[in-house]
Amino acid sequence: MGDSAYSFSLTTFSRTGKLLQIEYALNAVANGRTALGIAAVDGVVIATDKKFASALVEGEDVSKVEAITDSSGFVYAGVGPDYRVLVRKARKSAQAYFREYRETKPVAQLVKSTASVMQEYTQSGGVRPFGVSLLVAGIDGDGVPRLFQVDPSGAYFGWKATAIGKNYVNAKNFLEKRFQDDMELEDAIHTALLTLREGFEGEMNGHNIEVGVVSKSDGKFRLLTPEQIQDYLDEAN
Amino acid sequence: KQYYHNRKMSILEYNGAAVIAMAGKDCVGIASDNRLGIQYQTVAMDFKKVFKMNDTLFVGLAGLATDVQTLDQLLRFRMNLYELREERTMTPQVFTNLLSNILYEKRFGPYFAEPVVAGLDEKGSPYLATMDLIGAIETTKDFVVSGTCDGNLYGMCETLYKPDLGKEELFETLAQALLASVDRDALSGWGGVVHIITKEGVMSRELKGRQD
Repeated sequence: MGDSAYSFSLTTFSRTGKLLQIEYALNAVANGRTALGIAAVDGVVIATDKKFASALVEGEDVSKVEAITDSSGFVYAGVGPDYRVLVRKARKSAQAYFREYRETKPVAQLVKSTASVMQEYTQSGGVRPFGVSLLVAGIDGDGVPRLFQVDPSGAYFGWKATAIGKNYVNAKNFLEKRFQDDMELEDAIHTALLTLREGFEGEMNGHNIEVGVVSKSDGKFRLLTPEQIQDYLDEAN
Repeated sequence: KQYYHNRKMSILEYNGAAVIAMAGKDCVGIASDNRLGIQYQTVAMDFKKVFKMNDTLFVGLAGLATDVQTLDQLLRFRMNLYELREERTMTPQVFTNLLSNILYEKRFGPYFAEPVVAGLDEKGSPYLATMDLIGAIETTKDFVVSGTCDGNLYGMCETLYKPDLGKEELFETLAQALLASVDRDALSGWGGVVHIITKEGVMSRELKGRQD
């Protein structure tokens, strides 16, 4: 986007070769609420905590984990409003793809186009980078579960398991110890919840965390209901 | 000497064409005539109307020759980009939808071409589709036709077609259906070409027909 007054980019190189706006965006991500994802052999799980500032907040209708296509979803860490712009763009792009090819947009293509949008905002006039890192989870027609991270710079990485946001270092260490290549989806969901609990202040229940799951059995991305989450938590106890 | 022609010819008939595709047992065949004309004057007897997109996907285009060639180029362009980006081959179903989209984009100033898609899907089953010049898709199990003698082609197919033909029989059936149809059409003919596609590969043969 180039507005008339700002045809120059606000993201410019420092003398040391850094793009400081991107560094600062990554700081915004690191201050955001933790989000994590695990790719099992038969599915992918992504989760985040949903703690609100006050008990008066009605959080049931606001979600952080969002489906993009039937078989893929996003979660984020960072600035919520920026995230919602990306969700909207990704959904539109996935529908445009379906209109053109009559096939669900593959996860990797979704990641590439979203990453491309994020990169544009580091090199266009009058705009700032998005203050979010995304975790993208999905399963393509080939049945392979996929988990990707996309950063404010537009860089993307494939992961077996990862965490972003506050406390991500501890969370990733925890995941590294627990992750196994032959992990199944049920184990992955338990591990995800345990990892979230590590950095959670207070009592974790079905209403203050969100979990999104896509399983190889039906290839559909869905959010777990608070009741289902509570069941998993009870099993973990 | 110039041939004077006073009746306005429809733009889809300007160059003349006959394209046909049929499904067999684990194979598909696609064939076309070779004529390129400018109204009634024949200008070439080796004009390609069937194009290979990949080893298991062919498209035949009947209609205005410039659009036939341009669509071939556009389809190749789009397919190549897709295969580079997605790191996989395009299935016939996706290709058909892509072609339909390309045609509909020009809804109010269309490409004057009516395509025929023939291929094998990922499981190796035959896939046939056709569409009109603005991209309305029709998929069938048996045969698809297009061109200035499409009525003749439909008649020959209905008569000669049998399901589950082997590749040699499919070749014969396609060849007979095509040659008989173009003989009654002034604008198509001058020989033909047939491609039979199986999992093992593609068999292409030139047809000797009436050179008139």
